[in-house]
Amino acid sequence: MRWSPACSRRSKLLAGAGGVLLPVTAVAHLPTIGLGPVYDGVFHLLLSPEDLIPVIALALLCGQRGAPYGRRALWLVPLAWFAGGLFGLFVGNNHGAALTWVSFLLLGGLVAANARISLRLLTALAALLGCFHGYLDGAGINRFDDGGYALLGLSLAVFVVVALFASLVVPLRQQWARVAVRVAGSWIAASGLLMLGWALHAAHY
Amino acid sequence: MSPWRALALLYRLTPLLVLCHASAAEAHIQRGEGVSFVSGFRHPISGLDHVVAMVAVGLWGAQLGAPAIWVLPVAFPLVMACGGMLGLIGVPLPGTELGIAASAILLGAAVMLRLRPPLAVAAVLVGFFAIFHGYAHGSELPPGENGLLYSLGFVIATGCLHAIGIIIGLLNRGPWGQRVVRAAGAAIAVTGLFFLREAIA
Repeated sequence: MRWSPACSRRSKLLAGAGGVLLPVTAVAHLPTIGLGPVYDGVFHLLLSPEDLIPVIALALLCGQRGAPYGRRALWLVPLAWFAGGLFGLFVGNNHGAALTWVSFLLLGGLVAANARISLRLLTALAALLGCFHGYLDGAGINRFDDGGYALLGLSLAVFVVVALFASLVVPLRQQWARVAVRVAGSWIAASGLLMLGWALHAAHY
Repeated sequence: MSPWRALALLYRLTPLLVLCHASAAEAHIQRGEGVSFVSGFRHPISGLDHVVAMVAVGLWGAQLGAPAIWVLPVAFPLVMACGGMLGLIGVPLPGTELGIAASAILLGAAVMLRLRPPLAVAAVLVGFFAIFHGYAHGSELPPGENGLLYSLGFVIATGCLHAIGIIIGLLNRGPWGQRVVRAAGAAIAVTGLFFLREAIA
């Protein structure tokens, strides 16, 4: 077979599929990853859907509303996360963890509804989200040394996630693409409702 | 989108569907844990009664066109999650299996007959059936301390079934494609009749 661009594409596809299908051990929930507390914080966010998904939902909401909203959340959420985390680090406990469904339901619902919220309301939401989840994270890591560095890594990861997702959505103009964002919001809100059901189920049974 | 492009899209999505069927990476399995994304993802696609109804929602949305094509997939997961929550907290809902079978019959018939009710009527009808589907899932969910991953898998699988229905429904643009979509609706309605018989028996 002669080498051609189509062959190249096929070989790349085959290599990619092979890589994806190659099973490896899922090494989850490591207390440290061996690269230091900053990277522990970064990976904590990326491996914790209860933190990651609300951040993505907020970024999608900012993206739907436009660049000024994205710029506001870009700095505010990581700072609030860090502040909340420091508070949780020293005085916190994990009692609020059962309320994470609120973030899913509220932010996912706003994305699904394509809600035209004001910049002021978004600021309040971003600050609340950052403080609440940062507090829970801070409370969770206070037993480790270098918790402040882990919080720094977490906040940096939040910054990157907000930047990536908001900048992905802001330029979307095609209707189907904006609908896909709303569908993602609907899925997040639906997950929040189910999390509420799980919480009530756990409380009753 | 032309029928050929819709078919090409379906062809390109096939590897993704195959990947979604990959077996679970069984790390940190605990007794009674219900947090597996894969387990949640498999739940809606493991029952043909759910699958045909979800695909019918997508087919009907595509047949009705904008804005139904996106209103139904946005609204359905939310209403279904309400049903799931009712099931989780143990609120009784009689006739769940009958409702699920009826959803396949009526939604399949709507596709077959190319019914075009007002958007509000279509949304209410689909939302009404979504309660039954969500309730069935919610009452069958395995016990676990944290259901987030399970819930995400469950919701995303439902959304993927809608997407499959919408992609098939895009064939509706051409004359032969319309016949294919209507035949799919008829097949779904017949499947619903089978499940109705099972539910009554």
